[in-house]
Amino acid sequence: MSPPPSGDGTEPADELAAAFADGPAFVPYLVAGDPDYESSLQYVEALARGGADVIELGLPFSEPIAEGPTIQSAIVRSLEAGMSPERFFAFVEELDVDVPLVCMTYYNLLYQYGAEEGSRPFVERAAEAGIAGFVVPDLPAEEAGPLRAACDEFGLDLIFIVAPTTRGERLERTRERVSGYVYVQARLGTTGAREEVSDRTESSLERIDDWDVPKAVGFGIKTGDHAERIVRAGADGVIVGSALVDVVAEGVEEGRPAAETAAILEERATELKRGALRGASEPEAEQP
Amino acid sequence: MSDTQFGRYGGQYVPEALMPALEELEDAYERYVLGNEDGFLDEFRERIRDFGGRPTPLGRADRLSDRYGREVYLKREDLLHGGAHKLNNALGQVLLAKYMGKERIIAETGAGQHGTATAMAAAHLGMPCEIYMGRTDVNRQRPNVFRMRINGAEVNPVDIGRGTLKEAISETMRDWSRTVEDSHYVIGSVVGPSPFPRMVRDFQAIISEEAREQIRERTGGLPDSVVACAGGGSNTMGMFHEFVPDEDVSLFAVEAGGSSLEVDEDAGVAPNSASLSTGADGVLHGARTRLLQDSDGQIMESHSVSAGLDYAGVGPELAYLVDEGRVTPVNVDDDAALEAFHRFSTSEGIIPALETAHAFAYLEEAGDELGEVVIVNVSGRGDKDLETVIEETDRRGIEAAPEMSVFDGGLR
Ligand SMILES: Cc1ncc(COP(=O)(O)O)c(C=O)c1O
Repeated sequence: MSPPPSGDGTEPADELAAAFADGPAFVPYLVAGDPDYESSLQYVEALARGGADVIELGLPFSEPIAEGPTIQSAIVRSLEAGMSPERFFAFVEELDVDVPLVCMTYYNLLYQYGAEEGSRPFVERAAEAGIAGFVVPDLPAEEAGPLRAACDEFGLDLIFIVAPTTRGERLERTRERVSGYVYVQARLGTTGAREEVSDRTESSLERIDDWDVPKAVGFGIKTGDHAERIVRAGADGVIVGSALVDVVAEGVEEGRPAAETAAILEERATELKRGALRGASEPEAEQP
Repeated sequence: MSDTQFGRYGGQYVPEALMPALEELEDAYERYVLGNEDGFLDEFRERIRDFGGRPTPLGRADRLSDRYGREVYLKREDLLHGGAHKLNNALGQVLLAKYMGKERIIAETGAGQHGTATAMAAAHLGMPCEIYMGRTDVNRQRPNVFRMRINGAEVNPVDIGRGTLKEAISETMRDWSRTVEDSHYVIGSVVGPSPFPRMVRDFQAIISEEAREQIRERTGGLPDSVVACAGGGSNTMGMFHEFVPDEDVSLFAVEAGGSSLEVDEDAGVAPNSASLSTGADGVLHGARTRLLQDSDGQIMESHSVSAGLDYAGVGPELAYLVDEGRVTPVNVDDDAALEAFHRFSTSEGIIPALETAHAFAYLEEAGDELGEVVIVNVSGRGDKDLETVIEETDRRGIEAAPEMSVFDGGLR
């Protein structure tokens, strides 16, 4: 993706808001470089063709404490194929998509990058590569001061996660610091595709009903029907990770050509995006 | 909110889902542990005495004293129930979990000593308990796996990565983020997000509270130095804590030098666990501390012959005390630790844990910096390590090792 026009630091922030502006957004996640750099480029581009409004790209970290087995394995594949922060930025620059990209990674990688102490050099480089924002699962609002400041300096968004356990003062603290969209964690636990939609989703959405950032729900969403129900429950977007990473993993296991896996991903993306759109349409009368 | 840091180290770098649990724990720690609400501390002291066997003795090591020409005293945490200092913390936290109304205990373990102590404490207090343990450690610490199972705990092997302590902690954090509403994570060392490092230290500080009194009774004064091995650093901080304000007492944290201090960046391997001596600032398992990592910030696979020291991080308070110049980090390699294991066993009649053997190996290497009176923390006993030690010493031809031809056909 091409870098945003320079000189106007607020550009990327507008990008994310715009992605949620016309109806429910579909926000897929893949680990960049899984299972290798070239295939992964094709996969991410396939998601964009399938209707992604924002794409979350995982930069793999060796100790991913928020991930379930599916994404842990993807991280291992990507690291073994040589993914690193430098390669990640090259990857982002090489991608031919015109949706905003969010970098999802763990704090130590942001912290170590560059000669200067702290996360500022990483944010500066990410802005240059065209990244629109960050999700950092091991960085709660309390510890996010320096990263928030760097994001403000370079015009990037910092997305926070609201968990089913987040209440009271903690909600307020997150609200003050969040920008772009808020990531509503649909259930407790780690990432991973599930068969059921969590019934905690609605109550989580209710608690942040009056926030003015878009609300995207993730953790466990797998099918178009899930996406539909999540949007009906009041979400502005659906985040889908493990169910798509599973497609990449199957491709590896079965030795499928990358183009075939890309086609399946595009199809899956289309289904999820359609589900989300259905959720925003008038409920049909004949439904039981 | 109260302070979560030690200088620039520490903090709470965890997923949002766990933050409310840390706040709840902080509150419980302040009320029960610091404030003795509902008589928590009284009950803890009573149970650590009647169930744990405290106080543990401080004894003079006669032959080592002769060998080094200084007074060497041993703080005998190996005599605590379970055979290591780990019960101080495990019993404290399981009891705290009970006061907090939690219904289930989870914990990670490296050497299996913390898992064993937690399983014992959970059985003692009637709580269900699940332990995560890396596959490599399951295989090299079998006696402790038996003990945990026999005490009624589930043991979940972790197959990710090298299958040691780092992976076990990550996996227990994942369990906790699923079960946080009714489970308490009994972390096994002075690591992890705040308030764990402070709380674990406070439970372990009973070691130095006793030792400081005991040495004054024995010698009429304070020691010149205190030596303890350091993995995450809980026996270390427990042994140091009361001596930290005594500026004339030198504090030595002995890390595992493994097979080498050289790092292989390409393979992502640091063949040691010397994060205080060789690590760099970073964030792992909820805290900013000193870590073994590559230049990108990926955590390295550590190595030590001793499972309990085999960890790429270290407690944030210890990192802070090293930066401040209050604690001196030193390290000894696998061979030196194995030598010391045998030397100490034959000369003092105490078989130390391989972790503890590192502290004794430092006695051999150290010079005048130790002074005249030294206390060494015997963090644990070595029964769990016998298989590993016999195998490793056999492979290396360690001089101090006894030969084992007493078995028909030799060892194998
Ligand atoms: C006997 C013994 N000593 C020391 C350690 C190292 O832990 P820490 O550094 O937290 O004391 C262990 C850990 O398993 C142990 O079992």
